[in-house]
Amino acid sequence: MNPTENKTSCESEINDSLRVPLLALFGGAALWLVGGLLLGLIAGIKFHAPDFLGGCPLFTYGRVAPAANDLLLYGFCIPAALGVMLWIFARLSQSPLALPLVPVVAAHLWHLGVFIGTAGILLGGSTGHLWLEYPRAAAVLLFAAFLLIAVSAAATFGWRQEKSLYPSHWFLFAALLWFPWIYSTANLFLNAHQLPRGVVQPIICWWFASNLIFVWLGLVGVGIAFYFLPKFSGRPLASSGYALLGFLSLVFFGTWCGIPPGAPVPAWLPALSGVAALLTIIPLLAILIVAVKTVCGASVSCNGGPFCFIKIGMISFIVAGGLYIAAACPQYSRVLEFTWFGAAQVQLQLLGFTAMILFGAIYFLLPQVMGRPLPLAKFTKLHFFLSVAGALLLVVPLVAAGIVQGEKLADASVAFADANSAALKFLRISTLGQLALLAGSLLFAANIFAMTIQWKLGIARTVIDYIKSPLATAKTSEVKS
Amino acid sequence: MKTGISVFVATFVALGASWCGFVLAPLLQLGGAKQTVVLQTTDNWPLQRTGAATLGLQVYRANGCAACHTELVRQTGVAFEVLLTSAGNNPAAVSNLISNLKLAGLTKEEADDANAKITAIGGKVETRLTATGADIARGWGLRQSVAADYLYDQPVQLGSLRAGPDLANIGVRAPDLNWQLLHLYAPKAVNPNSTMPSFKFLFEVRKIGNAPAPDALHLPKEFAAADGYEIVPKPEAIELAAYLLSLKANQPLYEAPFSPVTAAK
Ligand code: HEC
Repeated sequence: MNPTENKTSCESEINDSLRVPLLALFGGAALWLVGGLLLGLIAGIKFHAPDFLGGCPLFTYGRVAPAANDLLLYGFCIPAALGVMLWIFARLSQSPLALPLVPVVAAHLWHLGVFIGTAGILLGGSTGHLWLEYPRAAAVLLFAAFLLIAVSAAATFGWRQEKSLYPSHWFLFAALLWFPWIYSTANLFLNAHQLPRGVVQPIICWWFASNLIFVWLGLVGVGIAFYFLPKFSGRPLASSGYALLGFLSLVFFGTWCGIPPGAPVPAWLPALSGVAALLTIIPLLAILIVAVKTVCGASVSCNGGPFCFIKIGMISFIVAGGLYIAAACPQYSRVLEFTWFGAAQVQLQLLGFTAMILFGAIYFLLPQVMGRPLPLAKFTKLHFFLSVAGALLLVVPLVAAGIVQGEKLADASVAFADANSAALKFLRISTLGQLALLAGSLLFAANIFAMTIQWKLGIARTVIDYIKSPLATAKTSEVKS
Repeated sequence: MKTGISVFVATFVALGASWCGFVLAPLLQLGGAKQTVVLQTTDNWPLQRTGAATLGLQVYRANGCAACHTELVRQTGVAFEVLLTSAGNNPAAVSNLISNLKLAGLTKEEADDANAKITAIGGKVETRLTATGADIARGWGLRQSVAADYLYDQPVQLGSLRAGPDLANIGVRAPDLNWQLLHLYAPKAVNPNSTMPSFKFLFEVRKIGNAPAPDALHLPKEFAAADGYEIVPKPEAIELAAYLLSLKANQPLYEAPFSPVTAAK
């Protein structure tokens, strides 16, 4: 097993310390996931009926679509990932969460920020910068909340009992540094009263978005998978040399990606970005080798459980990376940029990769932390199938739409309307995927909320019992001391 | 990677490098950019947008038009074409020669060559430079967009997806204010197959007073308001349309040259 977790007495202390922070992070995340997929569905329906909810400015396409994407990223992926990270840091350190109240406060600040940000976009207050749409108040809350959680995670890491570092540590620790840096830079420049001149704005924004969606989510997803794969397969993480290569090449090359080749900026920027994108083949292969070597041959059946989610998540990571590299090849890049292909990549990265890994991790750790089985355990299998079917039905049509649209737009003899309608044929299929994902997310949320309610009822019961029999409890506590 | 410090250093160096490259360097290189001049003139480029158009950019941002529209034209290269301006005193020979020559889509050498041949027998020609590429051929612009075009935009709305046509030159392509307003109110009224959502909420349905308002929309029957009512643009709609009309990146610049169409042609 990867971590030399000696199942000692601190197990229950660790779980006690994590219970409230994790429920706060996951509860809100589950809600935002449902909300994000719902808004995404509304946006998708506009391509069947453009005037659906058309009279209402709140739900015009240009507001719902970014609000939906931001909810998936900032509402679900990041807080859920932070929760799983806290758990992993505590487990690997073999010590309870340090400053456990801090992440509870942070979780609430974070969710408040997401709420304000979403409301801001829907009310027309978007900054207009892709993936950085949240207005200033929301951005400040998110930044503060992240810092608080990072402090708690770093303190847990600092006070660790178990001194050695694991590959998961590298990835997750880097992620803790990454986000505050890119998010503060982007907001200081782009969410300010006076923006930098001209195209400096989109350049910073591309740098930020690609560092968040491809590098940060990559670090977190792979870091979490590298913790769980050994656990499920019952053997240590294979070849930490490749893991190291994967880590270093991901941070060193991934961070330069994101500037589209057709951007109206000095030519060295997209050229550099294109080379870096091609070089991300190295972390992709290294991580693939580690994952395959760790899992292959270990006879574990996944049967719709956490392992299935994580496996599919890793496959999606590789496929999403492959799409990214394909789109960076000079002969395709100019055809595929500014088409649905980009949306396909991002959706796969968010919903096929990050979300899958997080679902698997949460289904695994939540029963442990709460000390009780999942209340609706049967739902997980259905959720798994809905997630896989949903992601496929969402992403494959988007890829096809992007390719068709790109090819037709590159041929000036094809009228714009024809290129558009050819792409829409595929695009409309993806609504089915959105429906399946939404149904799956409801099952997920049901489990989290049922768990929370059971736990609260449990506490209430203990309190009532305590009040009913003050004498008996007093006695036992005497005996204890 | 045995210690937290080494992870910290690796991360710091990796992200710091790209921060210097993609944040600091562009700020230094472009952050102080000033107006440039239009090629072969003394005109400045770009011009400040008018007040209404500047407000219109905020309407564009608030309603997320960039979710479907880009504002950038790409080009793949340049080509030369040779235009006959005068046949001189030997028109038969010149027209004979021209019918055997390729005159458009030339390289610089080919253009010079054709130029020399025609001039040799007395014709007069003009060599013109044109941008090439699918975006240009679609009529989305005469040249590629360049950094200078966005100097005054706060925020710059390049967009990431072409679910709708590129708008970098919509002010050249559709310069009629009423067309723009009509299209925003009911895209299907001007383009029956349009999948663009209507922006009805930028307009007001009003009871017609003594006389119809001068700025009321002239809509086809199926889109018109009920009898006795008219549809009037709110200030946001007018501003947005003013912004759209201000979208023109049609002047030749040093970094994106082309020969403007002369009035003579
Ligand atoms: C859901 C995607 C979508 C959104 C959002 C959208 N558009 Fe469009 N737009 C289209 C499509 C598709 C077309 C092409 C069909 C047509 O002309 O209506 C188009 C066409 C246009 C045209 C005409 C272009 C031409 O070459 O004739 C203009 C101008 C325009 N849009 C402006 C806007 C503005 C301004 C907004 C924001 C208020 C906006 N669009 C929001 C999809 C969209």
